Amino acid sequence: MTNNMFRKLGGIYASLVCALTLSPVWVLASEAGMSAPVPPAGDTAWWVWPVVLLVVTFFMGIVAVLGGVGGGVLYVPIISGFFPFHLDFVRGTGLLVALSGALAAGPGLLKMNMASLRLAIPVALIASTMAIVGAMVGLALPTNIVQILLGATILGIVVIMFTAKKSAIPEVKQADPLSSALRICGIYHEASSGQDINWCVHRTPLGLATFIIIGFMAGMFGLGAGWANVPVLNLMMGAPLKISVATSKFLLSITDTSAAWIYLNKGCVIPMMVVPSLIGIMLGSFVGVRILKVAKPTFIRWMVIAILGFAGIKALTKGLGIELF
Amino acid sequence: MSSKATEEQLLYANILEKGMLVGLLLMFITFALYVFRIMPAAIPLNEIAGYWSQPVHEYLVEINNNFLRWDHLPTGWSWIKLIGKGDFINFIPIAILSGVTIICYLAIVPGLFRRGDKAYAIMALAEAAILTLAASGLLAVGH
Repeated sequence: MTNNMFRKLGGIYASLVCALTLSPVWVLASEAGMSAPVPPAGDTAWWVWPVVLLVVTFFMGIVAVLGGVGGGVLYVPIISGFFPFHLDFVRGTGLLVALSGALAAGPGLLKMNMASLRLAIPVALIASTMAIVGAMVGLALPTNIVQILLGATILGIVVIMFTAKKSAIPEVKQADPLSSALRICGIYHEASSGQDINWCVHRTPLGLATFIIIGFMAGMFGLGAGWANVPVLNLMMGAPLKISVATSKFLLSITDTSAAWIYLNKGCVIPMMVVPSLIGIMLGSFVGVRILKVAKPTFIRWMVIAILGFAGIKALTKGLGIELF
Repeated sequence: MSSKATEEQLLYANILEKGMLVGLLLMFITFALYVFRIMPAAIPLNEIAGYWSQPVHEYLVEINNNFLRWDHLPTGWSWIKLIGKGDFINFIPIAILSGVTIICYLAIVPGLFRRGDKAYAIMALAEAAILTLAASGLLAVGH
């Protein structure tokens, strides 16, 4: 089962990389395509867009919690697709949105020993380095190319969310030599069963290599990378689901930090966008946690997939200069 | 092995928590100073909307030409020269939130060396160096 999922995941990654690099949309791409996005602010009062941003990110925060995704992956495609802000600023803000969520959750997860520092440190070293490279490449490429790649990536994420399964406690017959040498293992207390679960990981070299791609994409598009971290940690490396989710969340505080500095230093941070976005997402997350108790997770997950699919198509068509909707 | 977090993990978590709380609290304060016009902004509030739909390079050129009139673009750490302005003071909490991880890494290095965990100590130092390099502004490139 796990091997099957691992193969499927590998196929998805390969397809995604091919889609990003070989897509014929490059031929159609032109900067002119970017001249027909959302109309500029015009005579709109200065406070209107920040207030709309606050309201939208509030709902985004609710949906993100209920759908089990990070804020960044919703923020970047939706705000870049439907708001007048340029993609450069949206990506910078998206990283800070994902970063603040990770900073808020990280300390608690580390103290509870759900997030593993031993697992995170080697992964973060690779992912954060590549996030810097991704941010530099993303800022050097023409906007429409980044927008097209963003659209393709978001649609790839939809495919991953659609197909990837999860394994609560994957079977790891034997830890690989690298993870044994680094002593990447641990024990966590499973409250639902009252048991202490011993865990270790395998396929560490392959897992670490995958974080080269994940880190690069996180930096390039300003996305948090929880959508990719969790399947790799859980299905590929065999970490228990709870450890994978918690370590992934904590990991974003490191990966997104490195890329955020590149965007910050390049001038891609406008406080009037950042602060309402952070407040909106945080308030929405608080409300989302409360709604989570009564919400139907399956319906919410389908809703998130639909929203991401819509936003991905919008990003793709916007990059191509096509006015679809 | 225990189900409890290690000493380094708890140290990291405590520093991260303090940095996050300080950063968020400051963010609310500095944004209030900005948005309620308690501190004057370098780019007037009613004009910022005219710039955020442009690519970052054009945005920087225009705000420099129209408001700052520096001989270089306001990139990297040059915002420090403008922390007396309501908009740019908001970069302080943003820098704290983005920088606290570097302090967390540096803080756990002595403990890792003390316990003979050299591989992790070196990785932690390397991570701190990479994040510091990113923060330094030396890597900023443009369109």
